[in-house]
Amino acid sequence: MKNFEIVAKRQLAENVHEYEIYAPLVVKHCLAGQFIILRTDDEGERVPFTICDYSRENGTVRILVQEIGYTTVKLSQMNVGDALADFVGPLGNPTDLKEFKRVCLVGGGIGSAVIYPQAKQLHSEGKSVDVIVGARNKSLLMYTDEFERTCDNLYLITDDGSNGNKGFVTDMLKRLSEGGKSYDCVFAVGPLPMMRAVCNLTKELGIKTVVSMNSLMVDGTGMCGCCRLTVDGEIKYACIDGPEFDGHSVDFDEAILRSRTYREQEQAHLCNLRGR
Amino acid sequence: MPAQAADKRIHNFDEVALGYTPELAAAEAERCLHCKNAPCMKGCPVGVHIPDFIERIKRGDMEGAISVIKSDNNLPAICGRVCPQENQCEKYCVRIGKLGGAVAIGNLERFAADWAMNNSVENRTVSEKNGMKVAVIGSGPASLSCAGDLARAGADVTVYEALHKAGGVLVYGIPQFRLPKELVQKEIDSVVSLGVKIVTDVVVGKTLFIDELLEENDAVFIGSGAGLPSFLKIKGENLGGVYSANEYLTRLNLMKAYKSDSVTPVLRGKKVVVVGAGNVAMDSARTARRLGAEVHLVYRRSREEMPARAEEIEHAEEEGIIFDLLVNPIEILGDNSVSGMRCVKMELGEPDASGRRRPHEIEGSEFDIECDEVIVALGTTPNPIIKNSMPELATTPKGTIIADEYGRTNIKGLYAGGDAMTGAATVILAMGAGKRSAQAIIEDYKKSR
Repeated sequence: MKNFEIVAKRQLAENVHEYEIYAPLVVKHCLAGQFIILRTDDEGERVPFTICDYSRENGTVRILVQEIGYTTVKLSQMNVGDALADFVGPLGNPTDLKEFKRVCLVGGGIGSAVIYPQAKQLHSEGKSVDVIVGARNKSLLMYTDEFERTCDNLYLITDDGSNGNKGFVTDMLKRLSEGGKSYDCVFAVGPLPMMRAVCNLTKELGIKTVVSMNSLMVDGTGMCGCCRLTVDGEIKYACIDGPEFDGHSVDFDEAILRSRTYREQEQAHLCNLRGR
Repeated sequence: MPAQAADKRIHNFDEVALGYTPELAAAEAERCLHCKNAPCMKGCPVGVHIPDFIERIKRGDMEGAISVIKSDNNLPAICGRVCPQENQCEKYCVRIGKLGGAVAIGNLERFAADWAMNNSVENRTVSEKNGMKVAVIGSGPASLSCAGDLARAGADVTVYEALHKAGGVLVYGIPQFRLPKELVQKEIDSVVSLGVKIVTDVVVGKTLFIDELLEENDAVFIGSGAGLPSFLKIKGENLGGVYSANEYLTRLNLMKAYKSDSVTPVLRGKKVVVVGAGNVAMDSARTARRLGAEVHLVYRRSREEMPARAEEIEHAEEEGIIFDLLVNPIEILGDNSVSGMRCVKMELGEPDASGRRRPHEIEGSEFDIECDEVIVALGTTPNPIIKNSMPELATTPKGTIIADEYGRTNIKGLYAGGDAMTGAATVILAMGAGKRSAQAIIEDYKKSR
């Protein structure tokens, strides 16, 4: 097998694919919470993706990719047997939820897949794990089978109510909390506005919250500062100090602003790729 | 040195210095007096036999010239271009001042190196394998130099590079118009031709750990550089239009964002302010200029204190970069994007620890510079990944690795050199450190048998 070869490709929703990539060096030491950076080809951009699952036996890593930009669309045009130009990791620091016993993992959109490694780990440690997964509609609810196997309770909710439960993950969390559920930690991953909303809620509820920041990156190893954010008034790098941080200390408004830096340029690229 | 005209070169990324013709090289080589005690040599961090190679250029023996150079310098096409010769070899040339100025040793080295490259001449010898196995971390000048010398001595060397391309600052830091990347690749290929293996996409401290490398190798050399950018720590610095010079240059040099069909985005501000006055600040300013911006360089001290090479400052001025000296930023303005920079005027007082006159703010002198992009080029310190992954490795509070002049750290079998040890410095100093460590690695290995 070639290094960085696509070993499996699965479509999980419209514009969402799961890839299993052969990368034995990456998998050697990787742990839940870490990410990789890949390039599809030699002219490609460096783009980070969180590791959703891995197998040290097979030497493979799984990532979930939503097609929203040039690289992700290019990737979706690649097939099993094709090899990526670059695939580096594991980057960032592993998740550390050691001190917590009753955790609620909250995933929004694609974020739901990236909380799977934490569910697996906590479950294997015998801890109490509830999972809340939210998405725009029921076709975008990911990894539900995997979660069923690794958590005590799985709560699914959709913006449009297509799965029978209408609302946001924050609505679900509020409901559970009011219904008597007590967690000593909430671990939330998803789009920045979602993580901000969860943190605002958990601050009121007084529950410690950890978030995983999906900052823009170039090298992912601390040399450029692109992924910098403000945590408790100090500059931190998502790639060196994170990607996980105390959600109540993160300046989300600033992070959202930084994430929009290349919006215009990205739109133009996508049009070229899709031939518009 | 013939160079592209300023008004032409600000519209391209082609190399500014055009190189000597054989006639110019011959004429310059004639100027060398072949001083018996070769004062120039003591200025060279890698000990190139300067009068010797110049003599050969004089005689038209180009193969001989490159052979002499490459016995001490593994990357002469690079050094000939980026070394601060005026502070090194050329500084000691007896022709300085009254005798028409120092012999242009750097330009001659470049001439010989380019000749070798264009004629595919590789005449370094490689000894038989001696059983020694060495891992080298990073693939910048310190590591390439160390790896090259070790391979020539017969060692089995593997270089581990975190990025997807080897070269370190040579590929991500120094712009195309000063150091063409095709040339860097050829120099790297020539090191690989000595038997060195380079593995990219491996971050030591994340993908692999030094402990593992020490178990599998007789020695490990850390040449991981000083890539962590320093910021101003002022309000507004986290706006989307504010770059560290490292990020800006990495996007442009490594990811080639200057190309119109590039997939990696970079902001192309109309009015860019670069903060700093070292070589990296010049590189950033000149790059932004080539993207069509009006560029201001803001520096808190005066012209005399600017740390950049005189040649770089001159080229920057010729290219129309505006120097706002004795000015310090106090805030970056803007709501959703950068709209300006609030500054204060400075005056110089007594010298500080670095020997340069300390700047003081002139009260009430605040003013705003309108701009839409800011590049912060204040320097870098070593990346913390390695020291974080190996707490027992002795480091200074700044994060540099503690080592003796041969690069021996507090851990047996582990050596370090270049920016990772000294903090941000030059390509040639890094190469010198790589050479000395290679020497120590070989000696220590022999002693341990």
